Amino acid sequence: MQFDFSEDQRLLQSTVRDFLAGECGPDVVRSLWESETGRSRALWSQLAEVGLVGALVAESHEGMGLAEVDFVLLCEEVGRAGLAEPVIETAAVAAPLLTELGDAELSARWLKPLARGEAIVAVGHPVDAFVGDAHVADLLLIGLGDELHALGPSEVALEPQPTNDPARRIQRVTFSPGDTSRVAGGGRARTLLAAALDRGALAAAAQLIGVADRLIELAVAYAKQREQFGVPIGSFQAVKHQLADAKVKLEYARPLVYRAAWSVAHGLAQRGVHVSMAKLAAGEAAARASRTALQVHGAIGYTWEQDLHIWMRRAGSLAAVWGSPRFHRERMAEFALADGAPLGAGRSFR
Amino acid sequence: MDLNYTPEQEAFRKEARAWLEANVPKEKLPSFDTKEGFEAHREWEKKLHAGGFAMVPWPVEYGGRGANLLEWLIFEEEYYRAGAPGRVNQNGIFLLGPTIMEVGTPEQKARFLPKMASSEEVWAQGWSEPNAGSDMAAIQATAVRDGDHYICNGQKTWASRGSYADWLFGMFRTDPESERHRGLTFILVPLDAKGVTVRPIDQLDGEAGFAEVFLDDVRVPVENQLGETNKGWSVAMATAGFERGLMLRSPARFQETARRLIALYRENQQGADPALRDVVVRCWADAEAYALETYRTVSRLLGGAKIGPEASLNKIFWSELDLRMHETALQILEERAELLPEAPAARGVGSWLDGYLFALSGPIYAGTNEIQRNIIAERILGLPRA
Repeated sequence: MQFDFSEDQRLLQSTVRDFLAGECGPDVVRSLWESETGRSRALWSQLAEVGLVGALVAESHEGMGLAEVDFVLLCEEVGRAGLAEPVIETAAVAAPLLTELGDAELSARWLKPLARGEAIVAVGHPVDAFVGDAHVADLLLIGLGDELHALGPSEVALEPQPTNDPARRIQRVTFSPGDTSRVAGGGRARTLLAAALDRGALAAAAQLIGVADRLIELAVAYAKQREQFGVPIGSFQAVKHQLADAKVKLEYARPLVYRAAWSVAHGLAQRGVHVSMAKLAAGEAAARASRTALQVHGAIGYTWEQDLHIWMRRAGSLAAVWGSPRFHRERMAEFALADGAPLGAGRSFR
Repeated sequence: MDLNYTPEQEAFRKEARAWLEANVPKEKLPSFDTKEGFEAHREWEKKLHAGGFAMVPWPVEYGGRGANLLEWLIFEEEYYRAGAPGRVNQNGIFLLGPTIMEVGTPEQKARFLPKMASSEEVWAQGWSEPNAGSDMAAIQATAVRDGDHYICNGQKTWASRGSYADWLFGMFRTDPESERHRGLTFILVPLDAKGVTVRPIDQLDGEAGFAEVFLDDVRVPVENQLGETNKGWSVAMATAGFERGLMLRSPARFQETARRLIALYRENQQGADPALRDVVVRCWADAEAYALETYRTVSRLLGGAKIGPEASLNKIFWSELDLRMHETALQILEERAELLPEAPAARGVGSWLDGYLFALSGPIYAGTNEIQRNIIAERILGLPRA
């Protein structure tokens, strides 16, 4: 029993953090808001170069061959940077989904380009109505009832759904399901889709941790520098205590996310409920951090120019996708209120 | 990261479970805040000690089991699962003991730890004074050096277990010129010494859980000084770190409360307020989060880290969770919430109301949550002091 990350895992995290801080600052995020697709192939290639995109792809397909336990820290960094690129869809969900599909032709066709950053794969899961980044996808993996379909861009119709997060690009995807597009059905498709959902929700939860962390960091920096009544506002207890509470929320969502990463990586039977606990707590931590960060900033935080809203918007959008809070609460209730549920002391890991 | 127990850890769990099943008293002991209950709990501690389970993570030579903190966590899980009695010597074994282990001399370890592990000596804490509560650096009690003794004077208050305990730990001002947290020394005082007067205080629950302790020219040998002269503050911070950050409230306690809360909800589900379902489930998830974070803390400590200001995050989280669980139980019970178990209509009302009143004290003891928030803001987030 050892619940901590290794030095190597932390090193990789800090490498990605430094890279994103250098290359993907708020100016880069904002510049993409203005573009038609909201995405930049050049940026995506850079993300692939640091290993973010192919993290979960096997080394034999030019990926990093990492597990969710490693990747979860990188997802946190994506959240911290406020990047809306399809890291969840392509890197966290599609890569392992393609691998698990075990279709030699699909794997050969897509895994290498995916890891190299040359192909974007969007994933539509029945739990959510819309598909992120379908408009720039080279391949779409769409769950429909008990079936999983693989489609090219020309085989789908997209209806863009404008969101209040200008970095998020989501679409309603429609298509005519057929034998040629169907890559799995029945129990097998259900298993694949369940794993996809857990991976997507885990990656979103990890990003929410990064979002919350960044929001608290921004608020703390502002509270140290902004003076009123002749002193920094961060010296007032009314300000301190709000930030302390946001920090408590964050630090107790974190272990749930890390445990969920372990459970997903090892395919534990309880991984679904572990992911739901993580997603719900991380969403609430980000919401609290968001509200607190704005309150600490005051009016300046409520301006377009201030960067705060990059993360405030993301806190909302990530909490809503890969299973709404209601979906995850239902899953938790189903588990904890069942006859013979493993409750009480000593059951967390057994 | 490896979230599996080793076969040795599983074997230890089994052994602890079997021992507890065979030895935990079938009848609930009277409260340790009564004279009779105090001695009954001391007897239980002696039994635990004889069984080798009194202090799992301590070296054998000091009356422990020679295991590590992970095994301690496992033991705590089994202990709460078994519904075993509260630890009457918690001020000693969970707060002072680990501090002596860290800063004590070899002589102090040999003198104090074995008798603490066996509860031959039960400890009270002497953190507060009438004018030093949250502002602990305002301590006025003094200790003046006289040869190889200190002459201690002053008053300690809210001394948990003080009514019946054998010893008290606390800070005394040893440099009369000093101010605030400088010039304090951490001293261990026998409560049977000449000049000590203990006045029990009835708590809200009607029991003498804490006491005032008056010291009038009490002579204490200098070897009872823990840590350096005038550096008592850092010793106290280490003690408070163990208290808030790890040992006082191990997660098993709250996981068991959450389990009972879910059972209560299910028993009363018929016609219950549907909004309570998610609150109950969330309490369970929070108790799990607390357990997971404690495993992370223990993993870090075993990797050589020390408990720091993050102990304050912990203290806020568990005290608020405990309160929320009890509040929720009272909502589930509706009009039965105020009934005592012997009321004819009580129907499994349990002791949730008493538990609720005690949970209300959680945000106060071990350092108020307001002070914890200041510590988080200043020492973790780096905000300026007022």
